[in-house]
Amino acid sequence: MKKNLNHFSALIFALFSGLIFGIGLILAGMANPAKVLAFLDIAGLWDPSLGLVMGGAIAVGLVAFTLAKKRTRSFLGLPMNLPTSRIIDQRLIVGSLIFGIGWGLAGICPAPAFVLLGAGSLKGIVFLIAMLIGMGIFEYIENSNK
Amino acid sequence: MTIDWLNFTPWSALAGGVLIGISAALFILLNGRIAGITGIIGGLFKPAKNDMGWRVAFTLGLIIAPPAWQLIKPLPEINIDANFTLLIIAGLIVGYAARYGSGCTSGHGVCGISRLSPRSIVATLAFMGTGFLTVFIVRHLLGA
Repeated sequence: MKKNLNHFSALIFALFSGLIFGIGLILAGMANPAKVLAFLDIAGLWDPSLGLVMGGAIAVGLVAFTLAKKRTRSFLGLPMNLPTSRIIDQRLIVGSLIFGIGWGLAGICPAPAFVLLGAGSLKGIVFLIAMLIGMGIFEYIENSNK
Repeated sequence: MTIDWLNFTPWSALAGGVLIGISAALFILLNGRIAGITGIIGGLFKPAKNDMGWRVAFTLGLIIAPPAWQLIKPLPEINIDANFTLLIIAGLIVGYAARYGSGCTSGHGVCGISRLSPRSIVATLAFMGTGFLTVFIVRHLLGA
């Protein structure tokens, strides 16, 4: 019974975390692709706002992850799933470089794509579907290489 | 470099960033999970027992954020200049490459840097670099 209750509260907190994340993106202006591109356009009229979004998020995150690293179980008693890989390989670098190109083309990254769906933006939904297909292609290629 | 003071929104940017940080903090401290959207969605492509619920719940939270916001006030403007062809190309690239590089702006950029992960710091520098470069090429060299 207690286990089921914990499982249920974990789902509620996951939903709540996603909601807070989404509200944060909207408030920050990250759900507006034009504002994201205005940040990436240093040579034009530059809107530095998104630097402060990263700064604010990391300031809170530093405290939370310092605490998280000291724990083996979460406050709900769940295992801590902290990444352990420390290898800086070609996949990480090439993948990230290409990711930045896609981000710079439309001004949309994965989390805001889901917020745009919730906002009912047709263009956002088209991007989201293409993004999910892209992830599916990745999965397909990974599996066929095994 | 010319700063666009008219559209610079330091306080809402900072407050929004703090909310994103709080979300990531809650998610790791309560659920023991990294708030990285690419990883969360990626896991849905290879279904495993007892590993789906939290992924769906977090994603649902992102999706209901705009309607929840609208209960209190109208949504801020959303402007997408890209046409449908460009959106499809960008979406395919973002989806594929975020998985290939093991993360995006949330996983590497927010959580990874907060963990002081060397991998995430390198990844973030890489995608920020090509993000700036891409906009420079599109807007100032191609003049689109």
